[in-house]
Amino acid sequence: MAILVIAEHDNKQLKPGAANTIAAASKLGNEIDVLVAGHQCGDAAAAAAKIAGVTKVLVSDAPHYAVPLAENMAALVLSIADKYTHILAPATGFGKNFMPRVAAQLDVAQISDISGIESADTFVRPIYAGNILTTVQSKDRIKVITVRITGFDPAGAAAAAAPIENLAPVADSGLSQFKGHELTKSTRPELSAARVIVSGGRGMGSGENFKLLEALADKLGAAVGASRAAVDSGFVPNDYQVGQTGKIVAPELYFAVGISGAIQHLAGMKDSKVIVAINKDAEAPIFQVANYWLVEDLFKAVPELTAKL
Amino acid sequence: MKVLVAVKRVVDPNVKVRVKADGTGVETANIKMAMNPFCEIAIEQAVRMKEAGTVTEIVAVSIGLPQCQETLRTALAMGADRGILVDTNVDVQPLAVAKVLKAIVAKEQPQLVIMGKQAVDNDCNQSGQMLAALLGWPQAAFISKLTPEGDHAEVTREVDGGLENLTIKLPAVVTTDLRLNEPRYVTLPNIMKAKKKPLEVIKPEALGVDVTPRLTTLKVQEPPKRGAGVKLADVAELVNKLKNEAKVI
Repeated sequence: MAILVIAEHDNKQLKPGAANTIAAASKLGNEIDVLVAGHQCGDAAAAAAKIAGVTKVLVSDAPHYAVPLAENMAALVLSIADKYTHILAPATGFGKNFMPRVAAQLDVAQISDISGIESADTFVRPIYAGNILTTVQSKDRIKVITVRITGFDPAGAAAAAAPIENLAPVADSGLSQFKGHELTKSTRPELSAARVIVSGGRGMGSGENFKLLEALADKLGAAVGASRAAVDSGFVPNDYQVGQTGKIVAPELYFAVGISGAIQHLAGMKDSKVIVAINKDAEAPIFQVANYWLVEDLFKAVPELTAKL
Repeated sequence: MKVLVAVKRVVDPNVKVRVKADGTGVETANIKMAMNPFCEIAIEQAVRMKEAGTVTEIVAVSIGLPQCQETLRTALAMGADRGILVDTNVDVQPLAVAKVLKAIVAKEQPQLVIMGKQAVDNDCNQSGQMLAALLGWPQAAFISKLTPEGDHAEVTREVDGGLENLTIKLPAVVTTDLRLNEPRYVTLPNIMKAKKKPLEVIKPEALGVDVTPRLTTLKVQEPPKRGAGVKLADVAELVNKLKNEAKVI
């Protein structure tokens, strides 16, 4: 069984989810090719070659892969899809965007956001905001899969680097054109890769008050996240959102501050190892999933915590 | 411009779902149902574009049980012009949804298809992208802004690090994210008006589409519960627990 993993990267570095997706692939077979499509992405390809379990890295380098547009990514994957029994990508904004195009054009189902692998054709995936786990079987000739990266520990470093081969680009589809990014600038770790996350909810009251959480986060080397309520209220940008329709995280330590704990938020963080909740409402549902909780005013508790660490 | 919007009937997102006693699926009998929230955003977008004069007709489509007519009536009350129900009692999976919608697109010839980015029941996040692929159209998934301009549209997508701006050729498929708009509440007069709007019912076979599921569900279960936590007296105790018990700082 040959497996293709499509790596997410920014042309310089691999995104952390690549190693987790390769780890998932290792549970399916031991012939794993990793596709790195980008522009001037040699460094990312070299990094992929150093991950344990990788058989070879395929690099497709062209200006129209500088940003992974869905139409172009799908066409490139389809150019080699028939060589593989399984095609995997992380269930991040990257993988969710183009993988269904690949599946549809192969006339196969996609198995979205798997958190477990039972066998080569049977997978576990969360539904209903993670409140239910379903085990599904696919009899399609090629399994197109997106992987919940928090469900798999990342693969380690390889003893020797895997070979890197060139893959011919497919012509630019011309259907869509990249105009620009408006990215959130931050010196803190990315939410999906952070060991510690400090998240705030509606209880923060304003964007200005998020400075309290930033001070705590800086003390801990943590990322800052938010509930949908805080994003909808305009306190922080949308890419801070943790939850069913935002980012799915599972850090070692998660602080939920002024977050009531709607099921849509719990869906994004309840696999965290240790959860701390701070909320002045003693009835807040967040306490049902917290390891430790404080019924206290966050404006008093958070600065005190920052000072004591 | 004519717009097609797909809407799905799902368990109300505020309802806590349970596994059926026999473990074959999720209990949906006697449970409150609602339009998928992302589909509401899709309808709202189409209605706002019609109010702004860029859209001439809005066709809402749903696929599933006869009860999906209620979901379509909600779409009509929000401002869609007519509805199409593709009536089937099969568990219609995303690939089949995309094939049914492709057949409807062939009949209706819209310039734009607006769909929710995911349904909050199966959380698949596939159908819009699949439809775009089957049609050979461009896509813009997870959009927070949409401005049609002649033969193309300017879109803003929500991506992991922030926002991404694209120009896509029309016709195209777009899928909605939360920040695109805030859907309106339906008013009683509009509910009454919606009852008089046309609603066509067709079978997937009439469209020549095979909706047989590709994935077989073997098991449905609840995830393991987290152990009960501890309520702490003060910040000092929290710091102590994190350092000495959980050993995470």
